[in-house]
Amino acid sequence: MKRWQPFAKPATGEPLAREKDNTAESELFFRRALVVLFAVFLSFLAVAGRLVYLQVLNHERFTTLSESNRVRLQPLPPTRGFIFDRNGVLLADNLASYHLEITREQVKDLDTTLAELRQRIELTDADIERYRKLARRAPPYTGVPLRFRLTDEEIARLAVDLYRLPGVDIKADLTRRYPLGPLAVHAIGYVGRIDENELRRLDPGQYSGSTHIGKTGVERSYEDLLRGRTGWQQVETNAEGRPLRVLSRTPPVPGQHIYLSIDVRLQAVAEKALEDYNGAIVALDPRNGEILALASQPTYDPNPFVNGIDFASYRLLNTSKDRPLLNRALRGIYPPGSTVKPLMALAGLEYGEVNRYSGVFCPGFYRLPGSSHKFRDWRRGGHGSVSMDRAIAQSCDVYFYNLAFNLGIDRIHEFLDRFHLGRPTGVDLPGEKSALLPSQEWKRRVHKHAWFAGDTISAGIGQGYFLTTPLQLAHATAVISQRGADFKPRVLLATEDPGTRIKTPEVPRPLPPVTVKNPQFWDTVIAGMIHVVEGGTAHRIGIGAKYRIAGKTGTAQVFTVGQNERYNASRLARHLLDHALFVAFAPADDPRIAVAVIAEHGGGGSKTAAPMARKVMDAYLLDKYDQPAADGARDTQGDAQRDGSE
Amino acid sequence: MDRSNKGKFLRLIHLDLTLLLGLLVISGTGLVVLYSAGQRDLDLVTGQAMRLGLGFAIMLALAQIPPHYFRFWSPWIYLAGILLLLAVMVAGDISKGARRWLDLGVLRFQPSEIMKLAVPMMMSWYFANKPLPPRLWHLLGGVSITGVPFLLIAKQPDLGTALVVGCAGAFVLFLAGLSWTILLGLVAALGAAVPLFWTFAMHDYQRQRVLTFLDPESDPLGAGYHIIQSKIAIGSGGIYGKGWLNGTQSHLDFLPEGSTDFIFAAFSEEFGLVGGCLLLTLYFFVIARCLYMATHTPDTYTRLLAGSLTLIFFVYAFVNSGMVSGLLPVVGLPLPLFSYGGTSLVTIMAGFGILMSVYSHRRTPTR
Repeated sequence: MKRWQPFAKPATGEPLAREKDNTAESELFFRRALVVLFAVFLSFLAVAGRLVYLQVLNHERFTTLSESNRVRLQPLPPTRGFIFDRNGVLLADNLASYHLEITREQVKDLDTTLAELRQRIELTDADIERYRKLARRAPPYTGVPLRFRLTDEEIARLAVDLYRLPGVDIKADLTRRYPLGPLAVHAIGYVGRIDENELRRLDPGQYSGSTHIGKTGVERSYEDLLRGRTGWQQVETNAEGRPLRVLSRTPPVPGQHIYLSIDVRLQAVAEKALEDYNGAIVALDPRNGEILALASQPTYDPNPFVNGIDFASYRLLNTSKDRPLLNRALRGIYPPGSTVKPLMALAGLEYGEVNRYSGVFCPGFYRLPGSSHKFRDWRRGGHGSVSMDRAIAQSCDVYFYNLAFNLGIDRIHEFLDRFHLGRPTGVDLPGEKSALLPSQEWKRRVHKHAWFAGDTISAGIGQGYFLTTPLQLAHATAVISQRGADFKPRVLLATEDPGTRIKTPEVPRPLPPVTVKNPQFWDTVIAGMIHVVEGGTAHRIGIGAKYRIAGKTGTAQVFTVGQNERYNASRLARHLLDHALFVAFAPADDPRIAVAVIAEHGGGGSKTAAPMARKVMDAYLLDKYDQPAADGARDTQGDAQRDGSE
Repeated sequence: MDRSNKGKFLRLIHLDLTLLLGLLVISGTGLVVLYSAGQRDLDLVTGQAMRLGLGFAIMLALAQIPPHYFRFWSPWIYLAGILLLLAVMVAGDISKGARRWLDLGVLRFQPSEIMKLAVPMMMSWYFANKPLPPRLWHLLGGVSITGVPFLLIAKQPDLGTALVVGCAGAFVLFLAGLSWTILLGLVAALGAAVPLFWTFAMHDYQRQRVLTFLDPESDPLGAGYHIIQSKIAIGSGGIYGKGWLNGTQSHLDFLPEGSTDFIFAAFSEEFGLVGGCLLLTLYFFVIARCLYMATHTPDTYTRLLAGSLTLIFFVYAFVNSGMVSGLLPVVGLPLPLFSYGGTSLVTIMAGFGILMSVYSHRRTPTR
């Protein structure tokens, strides 16, 4: 047998005839097996090296990843505080309600799911539209609400088939509720879903997990108090995101309950008093600035706004000529008309242009020196010879034309500015307007025109460029009633800790008082205002009053009557009628309430606005309300407590 | 029973004590790990234990058969396997987009599993009849013997099994002593074939797997999710691991396939680097013992067959651990004796049975 040599060339010509050599093959195999063993060793070494790389060198990174896989931080939104009126009547609370939610990620085909749901519960196109809009923005793994306020029957009908509809869930949550509906809506405001702009602005830590935020009214201005603080819990979740157990927990701090200075009984009286006029009534306590009623007509129901009002209803509210969403008390700007005359008289006394005895003859019109233009008095025949007291009581225009001319716009502006006319009062409600107290500087800046003497004459009777808000008028009236003592108007009366039920009253916030050279000036002007009601322009409301009222009527022109025409109310369309104004405080010797009334297109202040103010003052001072406050209050509060503890 | 008696008994039933111990330790550990990775499901563990029992029984049965029977039957088993593969192509059942199963009414099985044994047998048979080392034209025969089933299986498609079958054939070639020059040439040719293979032979999902392997983060929620979560599981285990039953990745379902293909990640999460290295050592120990046994068999057929079967076991262990740790692309091969599941377990244990047989019958040559 020829020994086979692995690398020997076969002899040329010799046919290849190898035979098997087991020993050699065995050796060959042994060598190859060693190579293989070595290769196996190297391969496993590579895997071991990889393990070192993952488990030693990158251990911390993967530990973090594994923890962030497992542990999720869940926000625990706080329960929003309730809102009560000054007597504890519930104005806003949270109601446990159920809504339907769809998690897009878990839904195979949205359209079929929606069709299936439609067979079971009522779904409007608006619901679906809103869902689609929200779902586009939300991450696919979060539930997006489709229908709110499911009834018990709907829940029962859905619950049966819920297992067949993956991604569809019924969720419980607390929905803000305004049990009194439109009453005092302009003060309370409402909450709504957080929108995109707010989302950008808000602290994501505080608002994660929250869906709602105060949009207007005290819901907005006291958002921070009402909201509370978001709590957090660390939960262990599995790969599907299902929470398995709570690892740690920082409970949320519930929001404070707040008590408003508003008395809903008085509010109801005020809103009723406005009848069908658009307008506003602001009543406040002049001794401390507490707003007792803040009526703005028309009103609207805030409840549909909470979970997103549908587009059609919103457009109706928003485009209505009556503008129900406008808070006229703070944002409605009206010429103050003759209601500004007591302040003008005070300015005259302060600057020594007149004293209480100086008289002016009123022929029914006023002419500037060297001008033929007639500024007409409201009474065609004129008032004859008038002193300050009679000028206020009879609202003689000519007296104040003359006074304004003598004062000049600079002094008028300086003096009226002390009463916060034409600038915000600083009320604790959002969106207050400045309105406008005109000045030379203002006219130059805005109208690029010099100030004319005629402008001063108009301003003297609260017309022309002069604009105020009802709140400013009520506030200025309150300052007069207090003979200069000034408090910032506010609606917050007290806060209450929901846990301990300990109430913390708000202290009045005094503003720098308005001082005049001689305190008797106040008496003079107030006497004039008393005579407005007692024998003056508003004598009709003085009849039968069980307390003394100091007031001032006002009529603000909407429509300019031509020089030689007469204003004839019966011939004008309603929307061209003058605005009716009335400001008052009572009792005159110990004022406890100051009121400003504006009835748009109400005609005359004495005829329309003054009786409204009387109704409000009667109710407040004589405790004449349609319904008693206490009974209902205790009941609703009991309910509130139950809801809050859930 | 003293030591020699025990040895005598094992010899009598044709088992090798060392290898048996290695296999028992690995599969025992596997059951313990499976209890944790399978969310403490005792039924799962019992089922796996029964499969292991069946596997060991098959091993024992095959160990009794003298090697010359294997040698005699090699071509016929191979031929039958090819025919079954063709039958699958024509009439196989489709599941998960691949035509792998053959339904014989009472029995439903994957003929490709047979090829994992039939290809090494046929290759060993073929080269045992040739003087070694093989010449270039013998290579042609070897490549066809391996290539035909490889292509048939790859066509199903079943990349994992095709890989195993291909490797089995290649290992026989290598162990048979194919010259390094030819080997290098082959490697170069394969390298050249890869782009062609990529374009024409691979399915989209297979290409995706490779791409995902190269950059798992490119698709963290889709194809890359498995490998990312697997790496997190292993990496967060650290040196000593989170402890048995304490793996969060596996227990909270973040780790997909945690009790089957990715059980190595679940194991590494709970037992750390220390556990991982010990397990790799165990596998190395088993492979080394098998290679030792292969070198101590009497003739070329048994040597080649034993060596090739050993390396199939190695391919499983290496490809799986490499894939799970992100070293290799995702190929659906289980971790032998660890992963839950039966089909490949039976094949692997049958391989060990043949190994036991050729070693214990080493004094009775096959020819």
